[in-house]
Amino acid sequence: MVTSVTNLSRSGLYDWMAQRVSAVLLAVYTLFLLGYVLLNPGMTYADWSGLFDQSWMRIFSLLTLVALSVHSWVGMWTISTDYLTPMALGKFATVARFLFQVVCGLAMFVLFVWGVQILWGI
Amino acid sequence: MLQVSVYRYNPETDKAPYMQEFDIDTGGKDIMVLDVLALVKEQDVGMAYRRSCREGVCGSDGMNINGKNGLACITPLSDVVKNNKLVLRPLPGLPVIRDLVVDMSIFYKQYEKVQPYLQNDTPAPAIERLQSPEEREKLDGLYECILCACCSTACPSFWWNPDKFIGPAGLLQAYRFLADSRDTKTEDRLASLDDPFSVFRCRGIMNCVNVCPKGLNPTRAIGHIRNMLLQSGT
Repeated sequence: MVTSVTNLSRSGLYDWMAQRVSAVLLAVYTLFLLGYVLLNPGMTYADWSGLFDQSWMRIFSLLTLVALSVHSWVGMWTISTDYLTPMALGKFATVARFLFQVVCGLAMFVLFVWGVQILWGI
Repeated sequence: MLQVSVYRYNPETDKAPYMQEFDIDTGGKDIMVLDVLALVKEQDVGMAYRRSCREGVCGSDGMNINGKNGLACITPLSDVVKNNKLVLRPLPGLPVIRDLVVDMSIFYKQYEKVQPYLQNDTPAPAIERLQSPEEREKLDGLYECILCACCSTACPSFWWNPDKFIGPAGLLQAYRFLADSRDTKTEDRLASLDDPFSVFRCRGIMNCVNVCPKGLNPTRAIGHIRNMLLQSGT
């Protein structure tokens, strides 16, 4: 058992599952939006705004935003622990990795709040 | 003449590793890479490499042959040589002790972590613990591993985190005991693997399957472990 305090959960299984479930959600949302755009060629701002006014669409979009945060955290955390290691960076590895994770976490939080603002302001 | 390029490094005399060229007369025969190394050693007795059984059983002579890990003793030149050139390097990702000899301590440490021995806390039977043919069949494709380390040293996840990721060889053995009907420590074994590194650092790129000289499939075993974790955790 390897101890880790910076990954999404303390469990590898949880992270693995969260990444896969969020990937499915992201794929479904992307396909839905693509389909909507392709099936409505003469789409106006009113149509687009009307879609996002619906409660189900807001729930779907908010769920996708949460999925995006979860998915990107698991992914970026994995990248940071693969490449920002003592083998690559020596004694600065822990500081560099932690700073990278802080920047990623902050960026994800900002994107989440910004997404909520867009969602409720459209 | 076969052009052979061999990785050389003697930490006592060399500042850095280098490649040394040899011209080897194979007599036009399709000999094994290990035989070529013996001919190289005739030219330079200081050349160091591991070998023992010379028939793919002991796993001593795992090395990187023209870019792909394999056992020198069972790899014929016709399988690997292109343009009359043979390049031999030590297994990637492990510290080099000398020439083609690597320090496998971390590989064995990961192997040790999976407790590769049968554990059963029920009273021992008078003669032996029996298995049905079906239960025994589950161990096929798992017990044959010879721990040559070709798979783990072909795995980028093991290169980046050799101290945390158990690696394909260790995980194949982990599943060998998880799948054994005579072992009663399944829950403890699974609990010790449920962290973000030990099993889940595997990204399923299947380099291990590609290089295994015994034709085993560690990726499939890792998938089985994941499924067992999933079944016990959901």
